[in-house]
Formats: sequence, C-alpha cells, structure tokens
Amino acid sequence: MRSVVAVTETVVETPSTVTLRFPYPGAPDPGQFVMIWLPGDDEIPMSLSYTEGPIKGVTIKAMGATSRRVQSIRAGDLVGIRGPYGNRFDLSPRRILIVSGGSGAAVLAPAAERARARGATVAVALGAVRSSELMFKERFRSMGARVEVSTDDGSEGAKGFVTAVAERLLETEPFDVVWTCGPEVMMRKVIAAAAPKGVPVFCSMERHMKCALGMCDACALGPYHVCLDGPVFPAERLAQVPDFGTFHRDSSGRRVRF
Amino acid sequence: MADLGVRCAGVPLRNPFLLASGIWGESGESLAGAWRAGAGGVITKSIGSAPRPGYPNPTIETYETWGLLNAMGLPNPGIEEYPKEIEIALGAGAVVIGSVFAGDAEEFARLAELMAFTHVSALELNLSCPHAEGFGTEVGGTPRDVETIVRAVTRRVKVPVIAKITPNTNDAGALAMAAERGGAAAVSAINTLRAIAIDVRLRRPVLSHGVGGLSGRAIKPVGLACVWQIFQKVSIPIIGVGGIATGEDALEYVMAGARALEVGTQVTFEGIGVFGRLTKELSSLLDQLGIARLEDAVGLAHRASTLGPD
Repeated sequence: MRSVVAVTETVVETPSTVTLRFPYPGAPDPGQFVMIWLPGDDEIPMSLSYTEGPIKGVTIKAMGATSRRVQSIRAGDLVGIRGPYGNRFDLSPRRILIVSGGSGAAVLAPAAERARARGATVAVALGAVRSSELMFKERFRSMGARVEVSTDDGSEGAKGFVTAVAERLLETEPFDVVWTCGPEVMMRKVIAAAAPKGVPVFCSMERHMKCALGMCDACALGPYHVCLDGPVFPAERLAQVPDFGTFHRDSSGRRVRF
Repeated sequence: MADLGVRCAGVPLRNPFLLASGIWGESGESLAGAWRAGAGGVITKSIGSAPRPGYPNPTIETYETWGLLNAMGLPNPGIEEYPKEIEIALGAGAVVIGSVFAGDAEEFARLAELMAFTHVSALELNLSCPHAEGFGTEVGGTPRDVETIVRAVTRRVKVPVIAKITPNTNDAGALAMAAERGGAAAVSAINTLRAIAIDVRLRRPVLSHGVGGLSGRAIKPVGLACVWQIFQKVSIPIIGVGGIATGEDALEYVMAGARALEVGTQVTFEGIGVFGRLTKELSSLLDQLGIARLEDAVGLAHRASTLGPD
C-alpha cells in the first residue's frame, strides 16, 4: 500500500502549481487521492490529477510549507506514495458540467477525460484569479470538452467568479450532473444554482488529513470523514453539514473559520 | 440472549465495547456516530491544557489487517475548546469518558477538574502514550508516578477515575496496584507497544517521530497477559484493550479479567459497523457457552488455572 518511487517528470502548470509524475501500480479512479510523502518533510493528501497508464500524477498548489517545497522537487527525487484512498466520481452521466475554481481542476480533469472516453459530453466552467492561473485549459480542450473561462481580474474570459458562468450554463443548457471542486463558498453557490434545475451536484472536498484511514478524525466533516466517505460528496449530504463552507479543522483539531 | 450490560468504574454500560481513546474523538459528531452505531460508550481523544498540533506526517504505518503503528503526537484542540465537542456527543445520548494527558500530577488534577465540568461519566488518565515527550509513559511509567498522579486527581474530582497504563514494562500489575492505591475506580490496559518501522530505500524511519505505538490484532496476546496479571493484583475493575477484533477476542479478555473493553484499531480497519458486529458475536458466543450474563465470565479463566492437575 505504501511505496517509494522516483519522480519521472515535473511540469509547471501555472505560476503556483506543479505536477509530479511517478510510476505507481494499481488502477486508481478519478476522484481518489493518495498521501504523498516528501521524505524528511511532511506527508499530505493529494487527489490524483493523472489516473491512466503506469505513470500517475498529482498537481500541487503552493499553499502551506510542504506544498511550497513540492515546487522544488526534481525528476529522480524519491517520494513516498500510499493509497489510493477515498471514493470516486460516478462516470455514468452523459451530459456533464464541470465547475472548477483554481487548482480544483486537478481532480476534475482526469474525471472529465474518462467520461469523455465513455462518450459523455463535457462542458467546463474554468475559473481562476487571473489568466496565468487557469489550470488544464488546453488539457480540457484537447479531450474534446467545451471550455468557458472566467478570471477574477478579467485578464482572460469573463470577468468575475466562475459561479456566474456556471449559473448561465445551467440556465441555458440541460445537464445530467455537475462536478465541482474549488473553494467551499464557490461550491455552495454552484449547489444553489443547480438545485432549482434538479441537477445533482458532486463536490470534491478537501480537509486537513493525517492518517487517511479513518482514525485520526482530522478530516471529520459533520458525521462524515473525508478520507473514507469522500472526498467526493453529493450535495444532499453536504446540506446536512453545518461546517461545509464555514469551518475546517486545523492540525490540533480546532474548528477554524475559512 | 445473554446480558451484555456491565457496570465498570461505577458507570453502567449497555455493552462492554467502548470506543478507545485516540480513534476519532476529535469531533463530537464522530463520538456521537460511534454511540449511534452501538458502542457501549465513547472515550474522547486525550485532551491537554492547550491546543497541540501533534507530529508532522507520516504519523502512521499499516500492516495489512494485523497491526497499526502510529505516532500522532497527541494532537488535540485543548481543554478550552473541547467541551463543545463533548456537548455534541452528550446531546446524542452517549456515555462519554473524558481522556486527559498532562506533564505532571498538578496539571493532571487541574485538567481533570476542567474535564469533569463537562459532565462526562468518568475520566481516563493517559499514563501510557509511548511516543510523546514529557507525557504518557514518560510521566506515568512507574508505580510511584502512577500513584502520585492518580491520587492528585482523585483528591480533586468526584467522577470515577480510570488509569490507562502502559504495557511497556515488566510489571503491569505493579502499575495497576499503584493506581488502586491512588484511588482509581478502574484501570485500562493496554496502551500501544513501543515500536518502529524503517523504510530501507529511504534509509530512515517511516514515522516522522521515529518511535510510535503498535496496536491491532498483533498485540492481543500481550494485552491479555497484562490483564491476566493485573486481575491477580487488584480488586478494581479492568478495562481490556488491545487487538479486539472479534466477539471471541472480547470474551478472552473478559475471562482474563476485564469487565469492559476498548476497541480502536479495528474501528479504523472496519469502520463504524464493528460495534454492532462485536456485540452480536459476543452475545451469541455467550449463548453457545451457556453463560447468561457477561459479568459472570469476568476472570473465569483464573479459576481453571488454580484448579489445574498440579
């Protein structure tokens, strides 16, 4: 379950994100995550951004101390990987709307790829703070998805939040499902926009994690644990969780406001 | 149907299976979930005086289904924040036992007092975490330390006090006797065994802290031997812990002398359904053996050993 592998390639995706590719056996599904260990440093949960073939990948945004140090990893460096953990996206819907905020695209892109391979149509509302931070725009396009871009500062696509694009698409087109990943406030808005249309929404959630096995309780989310019951949650489950969009837990287990 | 109800440390339990400290228990909803799933009671994560982030990852290593090695480093939100989590668990009707850890007897007593204010049914003193500097085994690893700490706490609070003692000693019985002298209402045994894992490719320990504690099925025989020895030395009830994964494991512990049980690692491996399964297995095993009440089986194996041919 735990293995130590040499990174085969690193790809700078945006000024704040880097992809690490590494050989990893097994057949993880889009939506699942691994614990990636930088020896001598920390071990953090990361959704897989590449799930096909023998060389898997994670795409990591520089946020905390560890994810910042990831940016200096080079091909040949050893990393520990354990997993895959968690549940997956249900790939059966035919008309899929993806709403991605910032690095949320990391987990959504492989799901979209596999859905496209099964013949689904995919529309992507891709948002970021600015043009240079739009992640996997070309990857989505090359898989045959329609991509609608928005940036907070208007440097590319529509100016404003990606939720406005999502609202417009939901208003004008029929979808069977919405997959979303990004800030929880954003995902809450996406759920609210899809509800009147009766379109089910699945959110990929992020929480602080230590064990990833359902022991430490760091990723407790209401009655759920993100590591076991998630990371992909249907909106109706999140509706019962007061913490969604308001609180997460820090490493000591204290509830901290977003 | 055999009667699984027991009374331990003055606390009536609907069944003997308690959620062990350190499993879930950071959030009140998780504690409530274990109770709703059928646990006889829930023990909180060990709570200290201040918020504590614990060690950096990796904090865990797994061995298939037979063991779990961890050095979480006692992460907890601190006694000031934690009562609201207990409130959630109590609100669900759960029997809650509050676990605390501290660096010396005075701090234990102060913390115990604050924990007692939350209306928990009992306190469990963590005298046995094997991997936290300045806490656990380091302050509660000898009979003298155990007695001093337990006495300081029992003088300060009215709720029953349970001393959780370490197996990393050659005389668990002496630790239990010290707890009894100090006024403990029960002892729980065992905590994890000091252990380590090394990654040969990286040429370094796996856990960031190096040393951790081993739990799970691998340690059951060790736990049983400790409970066995303690039963012969004290008259207060024993809570058996260590590798309980089946109803039969549970009955082994009871026959060795345990009156209640804690389940931890198996919750991690199996999920919340474990409490319902263990209760069912233990109940049908007792029926099969013609034992009407679980309490009748406490320490039963000791009788046979004194009636042996020699």
